[in-house]
Amino acid sequence: MVFEPKILGFLCNWCSYAGADLAGVSRIQYPTNVRVIRVMCSGRVDPVFIAEAFMNGIDGVLVLGCHLGDCHYISGNYEAELKMKMLSKTLSMISFSDRVRLDWVSAAEGNRFAQIVRDFTEHIRKLGPSPVKNKKIKKEIIDNLNAVKFALCDTRLRALVARQRELTTEGNVYGEIIPTEEFEEILDNAIENEIIRHKIIEKIKKEGKSVPDIAKEIEVEPHKVLHHIVTLRARGLVDVDQINEEIPTFKSIKEV
Amino acid sequence: MSDEAIRIGVFICHCGTNIGGVLDIPELTEYTKTLPNVVYSAANLYTCSEVGLSEIRENIKEHNLNRVIVASCSPRTHEPLFRSTCQEAGLNPYLFEMVNIRDQDSWVHMKEPEKGTEKAKDLIRMGVYKAALLESLEKMQVSVIPSAIVIGGGIAGMNAALNLANQNFKVSLIEKDSELGGLLRYLNKVYPTNEDASNLLETRNLVENHKKIDVYKSAVIEKIEGYVGNFKVIILQNKKIIEIEAGAIIVATGAKALSPEGYYNYNGKNIISQLELEGLLKENSINTNNITMIQCVGCRNEERKYCSNICCMTALKNAILLKEQNPDANVTIIFRDLQTQGVAYEEYYRRAREMGILFINYLPEKPPIIKKDHIEVYNEFMNQGIGVPYDLLVLSMPLIANEDSEQLAKMLKVPLEENNFFLEAHVKLRPVDFATDGIFVCGSAHWPADISESISQSNAAASRASTIISKEMLEVEGSTAEINTDLCVGCEACIKICPYSAISRDEETDTVVVNKVVCKGCGVCGASCPQNAITIHHFTSDQITAEIVTYGGG
Repeated sequence: MVFEPKILGFLCNWCSYAGADLAGVSRIQYPTNVRVIRVMCSGRVDPVFIAEAFMNGIDGVLVLGCHLGDCHYISGNYEAELKMKMLSKTLSMISFSDRVRLDWVSAAEGNRFAQIVRDFTEHIRKLGPSPVKNKKIKKEIIDNLNAVKFALCDTRLRALVARQRELTTEGNVYGEIIPTEEFEEILDNAIENEIIRHKIIEKIKKEGKSVPDIAKEIEVEPHKVLHHIVTLRARGLVDVDQINEEIPTFKSIKEV
Repeated sequence: MSDEAIRIGVFICHCGTNIGGVLDIPELTEYTKTLPNVVYSAANLYTCSEVGLSEIRENIKEHNLNRVIVASCSPRTHEPLFRSTCQEAGLNPYLFEMVNIRDQDSWVHMKEPEKGTEKAKDLIRMGVYKAALLESLEKMQVSVIPSAIVIGGGIAGMNAALNLANQNFKVSLIEKDSELGGLLRYLNKVYPTNEDASNLLETRNLVENHKKIDVYKSAVIEKIEGYVGNFKVIILQNKKIIEIEAGAIIVATGAKALSPEGYYNYNGKNIISQLELEGLLKENSINTNNITMIQCVGCRNEERKYCSNICCMTALKNAILLKEQNPDANVTIIFRDLQTQGVAYEEYYRRAREMGILFINYLPEKPPIIKKDHIEVYNEFMNQGIGVPYDLLVLSMPLIANEDSEQLAKMLKVPLEENNFFLEAHVKLRPVDFATDGIFVCGSAHWPADISESISQSNAAASRASTIISKEMLEVEGSTAEINTDLCVGCEACIKICPYSAISRDEETDTVVVNKVVCKGCGVCGASCPQNAITIHHFTSDQITAEIVTYGGG
């Protein structure tokens, strides 16, 4: 049987949704694979929605907004772009970034909408079904997606992205403008840290483990693990379980 | 409502053969009946016909429906109709959800009816899961103060004020200078009619004597508060604080000419600016024979990339006047590109040529060189310099944004473009509107404009403003953002990110709040909030997640 990808499309009301309607009015035919969720602005699309979509077995996600500069809400699509960049970085750590695409479609571009759906459907068809559907590795993949979701929900990371335009153009409270490259580096680090922290939490959900043991299991250097444990303790997510022969073990204390 | 059991009614439209001819409507109707919370599901030939609409109304009552879904065409065209139908039957219009199975299904999958029907099932199911989580919302009514404030008393501002006052609206005109008139005061004659500028300045008397216009001269704006329909501007005049209220604001602050200091040996004596020439012409005190003008001084360069729009015509006008006064005079215009488009302007240019005014082109990379008694201009075609004698050299300086426009823009919470002119909401479709409702722009505050442009724009701005202040009440969309103050930590990221400045910190309660009148419900703040503390009504995270989950899992 031919694999029919399950594709979800987030379309903004003013441009891309109107473009999709125009494709209809013009009777432009395209594959039946995409299901659309209408939002007012592409900037409404919380990256967490996309992690949620993948966890629920959706094979690919399209986010379509107005062309840059044409946003009905002035700057919403610029925010969408930053969010999707961050999401893409995060998903690339678990080889999922190929399954999401951000693009722009105006209300007059029925043809362009249809072409994007055709191309993306073919692209996902080539990639094959989402690994979530593979029973053998499903648990591992869901764990990975949970780590992504954990990162996407992280206050610090969200605050960074929410402030990205401000920090890289207007500057911080001290008036210091952070160069985009430097900002990207900060963002990359934050994403990586959150993913590792989630892995740590996963390993110490059921039983307390020592830093060297955790380090071995998740293949991260012990001093980094310790650093993360300290952060997670400060956030109230992890605490000391017991101390055996002067070596403490840590356990997750809160459902995340 | 929250305790009440959810009862969803789904109306599936054939749209004649548009949907019914492709999708299997009976199958969809039966399938819909199996979905949770659905208590009624039926097909109509045309749901939007009066028959279809009355079926919705009747079934809301008969089946006690508290959610209604129509699966048909696009919400972009038909949602308002179905919403008001729900409202007529006593249902909150926000408890309606629309599923698009025509424009985005039957019309685009005409050769794949089975797959199209499967897609429609998914779409309807997603709609049903979202509908279960819909909440009643109220459209807010805001009262409107039936008056306007015009900032700036140049020709644009005066004309906008007159326009509104003649429509019987009260207008407050705020001018920072001690007299009205703006740049018009310094002009001699205006093109293309060569009418005395002083005739146009008569507008001042009309404005100052108008019963409906309060003029505040030498006034400084201290603070601007409020939102569409209810603005409050606090001004300082003669050390007195005055509070003015209005339903709309028109920005007509104009522009100023760039100072010629430092350009082409400017000395204010025999090398002067075009604006200074206007003054000399007014006094009729020119008696030289060789007059040369240089165009595009200090603009269309790296620092100031734009064309100031009015200088070519101004130079033509003054050249013609000089030639008329003294037909023997040598008048030369050294230009880069001469722009004379517009009604009667091309004719004006031809007249200048016929009168014997000399036009010499120069290249930006080889600008004219000022010698003691002549100017050397490189001519591309001759590949050598030409000497042009001058007794009087006139520099055409561009109009630039006022220094205080930045401050005013901050107070109004409206954007400026890169040259600090005010930036409209949409260059083509909303040329005198700001994105912020109730604030409009006209004249050179927006971009260097000549008098006729300023007057057209000011009439446009006045007419746009009257669409607001002619209403007693404004109805505001109910689907807006709301901040959960229990979750909010006050990071203020949303305040910066909101394109409409709808979010602010309430000083009294020390919480971050959304002004529902200003909020447009785009949802960008909600998707960005680090604490997930913002609910985007009608597009809540729960509603969207429910759609995602049922599609994925279904």
